[in-house]
Amino acid sequence: MNFELELSKGEFSIPECTICKKIVWPPVEFCNHCFGSVSLKKGNFEGKIIEFSRHDEDYFCIVEFENTIKIMAKILKIPEKGQKVKISKCGISNGNYYFYVN
Amino acid sequence: MTRVGIAAYGITPFTKNDQKIESVLLGSVKNLFDNNAKINRDDVDAVLVSTNDNSKYLAPILSEMTGIQPKIAHSIENLCNSGTNTIVSAYSYIASGLAEMVLISGAERYDSPGQILTWDNSRGEFKHPIFWASIFTKSYKQKFSISDEQLALVSVKNHKQAQKNPNALPMGTCTIQDVVNSKKLTDDLRLLDCSRPCTGSASILLASEKIAKKNTDMPIWITGIGQKTTSAGFTKNDSFSSMESTKLAGQAALKMASYNTKDIDVTEIHDAFSVCEPMALESLGFSDMGKGMRVIKEAHETNNFKINPRGGLIGSGHPLGATGIAQTIEITQQLQSKAGSRQVDDAKVGLIHNMSAAATSSTVLVLEK
Repeated sequence: MNFELELSKGEFSIPECTICKKIVWPPVEFCNHCFGSVSLKKGNFEGKIIEFSRHDEDYFCIVEFENTIKIMAKILKIPEKGQKVKISKCGISNGNYYFYVN
Repeated sequence: MTRVGIAAYGITPFTKNDQKIESVLLGSVKNLFDNNAKINRDDVDAVLVSTNDNSKYLAPILSEMTGIQPKIAHSIENLCNSGTNTIVSAYSYIASGLAEMVLISGAERYDSPGQILTWDNSRGEFKHPIFWASIFTKSYKQKFSISDEQLALVSVKNHKQAQKNPNALPMGTCTIQDVVNSKKLTDDLRLLDCSRPCTGSASILLASEKIAKKNTDMPIWITGIGQKTTSAGFTKNDSFSSMESTKLAGQAALKMASYNTKDIDVTEIHDAFSVCEPMALESLGFSDMGKGMRVIKEAHETNNFKINPRGGLIGSGHPLGATGIAQTIEITQQLQSKAGSRQVDDAKVGLIHNMSAAATSSTVLVLEK
């Protein structure tokens, strides 16, 4: 499992325990429920906007995936609570993750 | 188990000064011993330092600077509630019998690295606290139909009360319009809704019942302690309009002290941002959910200083590692009737709420005469 390697290539994946199948977030090497190994589930995941605000011209929002993972992401158009979104761009810059959704 | 009490305290004015952290620490310890000359430093069994500063070995350094050779000396860091975590550790040393007297000193510089939790990558590029505060504020306002103007009253009240606090970072008073028209940081947060990082130090001497009574005529007892950590990452919060860790820590502290919120005469609330004050009051049980602003409005309009008498973090400044200790000193002064023009009438029982990283962890203390 190397979430950050995938993220640095622009791929958002969901870490999942190979034993108990729980989602492990934030991504770490072992499951925080059963300490099982973690693998990456790949896909074009759909998330839901939970809350948002705006900083200068940029909207930022909290997006929930799989009813478990929540991340803070940038969105270019005016968001709405409950809006369904997908990750359009992601990566790592200066050690910080970044996510865009649309 | 022995009772544990506050035998002495010292504090420095909060500033924007560019001082070495060691000098900042020393300031409040000197103030403590200057004001309590009969305390014998040889009786100090432990020296605990609360800070987010990256400097190393600060507790032994502080011990050396103050002529103390303690059995135990180490630092404690837990972001913004480092201070009360240090008090709880000191309490534990004394209650277990490992120490009779513990010096606790918290200090921070205005440029503390503790302001940003770099680990929390779930926040993406939005790691500055103004972003979680914006989400809290938006969520709280929407859920409970609270306006920006209503929320601004927190800042107005706390800046007003800070004028009576000689150690507050000098900022002056403000009106609701001043808050609403202050610099827009995000759509949901204005500059005057925020506490300011600053340089400052606060120290407490905690002691067993026997030693506390030997060193002061007015010991203040720690009778309730509650702590809860629900996560480290902001986005793990189940709710963005209430504080689960605060609720659980508050329940534990009140249960330990055998009190209810109606028994609390004066309280220090961790108002890192305006929205935190009503949210914390509600989560602690001082009001129904969504009704915290009513309690704040009533206190402000009647000039009752029972909530954040020293001006809170917004009015006084927020030197992270010193904040929880400064809050505890304020409640101590209130219970000793030594709070001057900030004094709350007939204060017998006080509560301190100190939290970290968007309320992912909270500490609540109950103090009494």
